[in-house]
Amino acid sequence: MNLMMEVLFFGFVVLTMTGALLAVRAKILMHGVLGLAVSLLGVAGLYLYLGSPFLTLMQVLIYVGAICVVLVFGIMVGYTPNEVAEKVPMGRNALLGLLASGSAAFFLMVMVLGRTHWVPAAHRVGDFSIEHVGESLLLTWCLAFEMISVVLLIAIVGAIILARGGREEGSQ
Amino acid sequence: MMFHANLNTYLMLALFLLMTGIYGMIRHKTFIGMLISTELVLNGAGLNFMAFNKFLAPDPAVGQIFTLFIMGIAAAEAAIAISFILAVYRKFSTGDPQGVTDLKG
Repeated sequence: MNLMMEVLFFGFVVLTMTGALLAVRAKILMHGVLGLAVSLLGVAGLYLYLGSPFLTLMQVLIYVGAICVVLVFGIMVGYTPNEVAEKVPMGRNALLGLLASGSAAFFLMVMVLGRTHWVPAAHRVGDFSIEHVGESLLLTWCLAFEMISVVLLIAIVGAIILARGGREEGSQ
Repeated sequence: MMFHANLNTYLMLALFLLMTGIYGMIRHKTFIGMLISTELVLNGAGLNFMAFNKFLAPDPAVGQIFTLFIMGIAAAEAAIAISFILAVYRKFSTGDPQGVTDLKG
């Protein structure tokens, strides 16, 4: 049983990593979105191991379901077919990207992960249940919850205002 | 050694997501590609919160709620960014960040 859990865990890890690599290395934008979806599915599986089936469902629903579809629509509406595939990447950009991410990884790994001794909380209150999450969402974090809803409303209205009108309308 | 019950495994994976996100943001030559990489970075942050929530935090609800908030912000950000991309595409007829140079002196 334990071995099976471990194997499944590595399956999710591989899914996450290959998806992320595909998302950043893809030459065709649609493949990038596909890689992103695969990576997000892998992370959704990892949330199961972190004790929250609720967040797994939310991840699949919001990220894989909503955001990836929005990206696909963005590609469909915003790009003409010959622009959907990116041109061959500039060598300089790829090199700079490797440098930036490599140095960030180095510092975080050596300075933070290598030197920190994580101390668990002395005692825990509550549990991982969805009841507890909902209770603290509407009692302790009520203000943040309402702020998020306002932000989402403004984002929706702003997106509609920005994207209104057809493609021909604005191009002189 | 059980990898799935070890905090460092998750932190390394989140670090990998952050790394690939930064790399993709610099490497991609389209706005949508950059947006995809941003989602990867946000997802790494969410994974980090969930890992700390599981292994260290005193109240297991806090990390889950914060990850939910990250998802909400990411959804809002994606919607706004897509509409920006559409507006830029309409005005400049290009999805290439190098082509948008109205403020360049």
